[in-house]
Amino acid sequence: MNVDYLVNSLYLIKPELAIASALVLLVLIDLIMGNNKKFLPYVAIAGLIAAAYFIIGQFGMNSLAFVSKSNKGMIIADPFGAFFKGIVVFASLFVVYFSIKSDEIKASFERHGEYYTLIFGMILGMFFMISASDLILIYISLELVSFSSYVLAGFTKTALRNSEAALKYVIYGGVSSGIMLFGISILYGITGSTNLYEINSLIQSSSIPNLTFILSGILIFVGIGYKISAAPFHFWTPDVYEGAPITITAFLSVASKAAGFALLIRFIKITFIKSVDSAGYWQLVDLIDWKTFFIFLSIITMTLGNFAALWQDNLKRMLAYSSIAHAGYLLLGMAVLSNQGMIAIIIYFAVYAITNLGAFFVVMLIANKIGSENIDDYKGLGYSQPFLGVSLAIFLISLTGLPPTAGFIGKLYLFIALVDAKMITLAVIALLNSVVALYYYIRVLKNLFLSRPANGTFEFKVSFSNGLVLVLLAAPIIILGIYFTPLVDLAKNSMQILGF
Amino acid sequence: MGNFPILSFITFLPIAGMIIILLLPKAQTLAMKSITLIITGIQVILAGFLLYHYNYGMGGINNPATFQYIEKFRWIEITGFSWIGKIKIDYFLGIDGLSIPMVLLTAIISFIATLASWKIDKAVKGYFALYLLLVTGMMGVFVALDFFLFYVFWELMLLPMYFLIGIWGGPRREYAAIKFFLYTLLGSVFILLVVIGLYFSTMETLVDGSKVFTFNMLSMMDTHNFVANGILSPMNPHNLRLIAYIALFIGFAIKIPMFPFHTWLPDAHVEAPTAISVILAGVLLKMGTYGILRVCYPVFPDITLKLVWWIGAFGMINIIYGALCAMAQKDFKKLIAYSSVSHMGFVMLGMASLNTIGISGAVLQMFNHGTITAMLFIIVGVIYDRAHTREIDAFGGLATQMPIYTGFVTLAFFAAIGLPGLSGFISESFVFLGGFAFETIRVITVISTLGLLLGAGYMLWTLQRIYLGTVPEKWKLLKDLDFREYAMLVPLSVIIIFLGVYPSFMLNLMNSSVNSMVKFMMDSRALYSSITGF
Repeated sequence: MNVDYLVNSLYLIKPELAIASALVLLVLIDLIMGNNKKFLPYVAIAGLIAAAYFIIGQFGMNSLAFVSKSNKGMIIADPFGAFFKGIVVFASLFVVYFSIKSDEIKASFERHGEYYTLIFGMILGMFFMISASDLILIYISLELVSFSSYVLAGFTKTALRNSEAALKYVIYGGVSSGIMLFGISILYGITGSTNLYEINSLIQSSSIPNLTFILSGILIFVGIGYKISAAPFHFWTPDVYEGAPITITAFLSVASKAAGFALLIRFIKITFIKSVDSAGYWQLVDLIDWKTFFIFLSIITMTLGNFAALWQDNLKRMLAYSSIAHAGYLLLGMAVLSNQGMIAIIIYFAVYAITNLGAFFVVMLIANKIGSENIDDYKGLGYSQPFLGVSLAIFLISLTGLPPTAGFIGKLYLFIALVDAKMITLAVIALLNSVVALYYYIRVLKNLFLSRPANGTFEFKVSFSNGLVLVLLAAPIIILGIYFTPLVDLAKNSMQILGF
Repeated sequence: MGNFPILSFITFLPIAGMIIILLLPKAQTLAMKSITLIITGIQVILAGFLLYHYNYGMGGINNPATFQYIEKFRWIEITGFSWIGKIKIDYFLGIDGLSIPMVLLTAIISFIATLASWKIDKAVKGYFALYLLLVTGMMGVFVALDFFLFYVFWELMLLPMYFLIGIWGGPRREYAAIKFFLYTLLGSVFILLVVIGLYFSTMETLVDGSKVFTFNMLSMMDTHNFVANGILSPMNPHNLRLIAYIALFIGFAIKIPMFPFHTWLPDAHVEAPTAISVILAGVLLKMGTYGILRVCYPVFPDITLKLVWWIGAFGMINIIYGALCAMAQKDFKKLIAYSSVSHMGFVMLGMASLNTIGISGAVLQMFNHGTITAMLFIIVGVIYDRAHTREIDAFGGLATQMPIYTGFVTLAFFAAIGLPGLSGFISESFVFLGGFAFETIRVITVISTLGLLLGAGYMLWTLQRIYLGTVPEKWKLLKDLDFREYAMLVPLSVIIIFLGVYPSFMLNLMNSSVNSMVKFMMDSRALYSSITGF
């Protein structure tokens, strides 16, 4: 191993380096400054902005870092990765802001150093998850994300459901990552390599024991499915989302899911692809029937998520189930196995990220004041707090996917991909699902606007900065819903995966 | 008139009003009401302007050159996908003889419903903001010629309507509002699917000769634009045109509402405030039939010709079933709601006749039903405002107590029954004439005439129960109409009488377009059979 090996690669992982440095800085500042923890979030924001700057640079890149002798690398720097890292940084910036404002987090002031350090640990893990092209690195980064998030889910030690959430998270996480590791080891046993590109060329050229291969593929998927909370690996989601501090819930539902989907797309596309035809469809190695697999997975996931959400009274828990349903919609984009599907996933995710962050932000602002996330406690909020009410309405309408919000554009592109692939039945199932989804989203709106406040509560002011952040999240939803060229252009520029 | 974008103006003016209202302080309720009245008033003037400059000779329907007041520019343009080609969506507005009656109707009804909203005192700001948003959505549907744009306007209406029923409605408003929302959303997801399917089946040739997939409705009507293997292309032997047609039809039929998708209507009407009932019956229901005429007919003429008997048959069921239900109602408003179901059946029957007279009758009936039902709902509102009940049996002899009001009631009732000299008579008789002339639905038409009898039955019976006889003691204090109510009822009465005496005014307006439509449908019989080889 020579110096060139490192030097030639380091500039490709600048975003990761920025996050790592910020992490170290956070620990040091926490140690040095002692009880003065006010600066921590600002350090965090500075680190994120630096990372964002480097990520923008990566949109033009198409290279491998840490290249081995056989010319296959460990880490990929490409526009696809840059997009998802961008989503993670975007979400992180907002989550850091939310954390400054959250009463839940404020309550455990003395452990703020720990909090931001762990968040940065998660971000670092996600970055590697998004850009890894080696199974070992994938596994390690997945674990880095998981371990940081276990602690964060139980961050406010005093609340009972917090600890419950963290414990459940650990157990489910431990099991699924164990299964994934098992799958990785089988795949390594069959192919003798941990590099996705190498595995790809191997399974195309030589004969592979069919059954074992399927087994390994499915087992690896368990780990990823757990991260994106696809049914039947979703069981942790509602409990953790409900129990964790809202800031962390928002973070998990956006950033962690983004990393999971990036990993999923990369894993499938790099490992199994034979070629991409001129119409944009992926020809996969026929060892595993991923298409059928994803079709069933997406149907189960969205249906289960939507129907379970119908019965929820806790808004956080409802959003947890709705995020499962959204994972199902996103899997539709996988099921078509085409570039159109990928574009659709990217568009959908960009919209979903903004919308979900906004929704959780409103929930947090309200919970800060009334100390409840129960939908019934929101009765009449739209009258006392029209600004919050209307913002939440915009977010929920966008999650439902009605025009003229950006959520509709996300759905539209998914259905365009489906219809183009002539998967009409699946499209019908998905559309019917969105009608079901309307019912529980509208239930919140009903409580906000159709009922009068029970006892004249909600007498508080939304501060200027909070209002500004809300507008920052809500305005793009309407603007992109009416003029969505920038969104599609972004997706178009982001879909380039190295090698294809 | 130059290049003034009058259709955009008439469509988006209410949004401007909405923004002004949102910026006003909460207490300025009179200002909010006045702004809404002014905005809808300007719309009426603009609609009159459209009418004044309207070229009666231009047919529209499928020929972009014969649409009027066209506005077309690129809205979304995305280039550079190697595998999917260029994506472009146009902002494309224009009107023809099918849409101009609807634009007029929307403007008039919106204005009158603003007056009907005058007494709203709960969350006034929210009410009028949503109301104006609703008006934009309705107007947009009638002027959009790009299917994507059409769909956006179509969906835009749902949310304001949900809140208008859900917040300002009656005791069971939450149930009615969610039912309305779920039904219409269910309908519109079907429409969305067909929109996407059509998008992938039609390609438009641009000026530079390149071909792109298109949402342009008029391009979808030209068989040359279909791509060979599109799922909705007639030349594809495995096409899904029949299924798509049914899905699209159901999407529109839920709005009409056609039996058996009508159950949301009585609930929505009973719970909605008067003004919203007026809008709902006056304009919203027409969107369903307008959608069928604008999209289903010319885009799928082959399937329409095959299923025309069914359209007529469902129209007949609507007529008879709606009338029978109306007869059984104890609630005055619910009775009117069911009479709407019955009267919209005439529109479907007229559409099914596929000849000039029948389709003219259908379009005319859309306009007439809009004005007549609006009047009927205002009449219900008048009495509900005073008596706070709509129980038919609770009343009696109001004719002696409120003679002028009863005069208007009689006029509206007779128009609804189809008395000669009033507008309803012309459109209904045209529908029947059209139906008789068309062999396929002749039997259906004969059975449907029973609807007239039933209609006369429940209307006259209601008239008798509420307005004739002796006044119960407790209603002795009811006052006759006030100025605001005159302002609503007089214009509608004038329109009803005017179109009853001089229907050519409206018929001339739509004549070229209806003829183009009929010719298009007849030509397409040969055209499509040559394409599909059947």
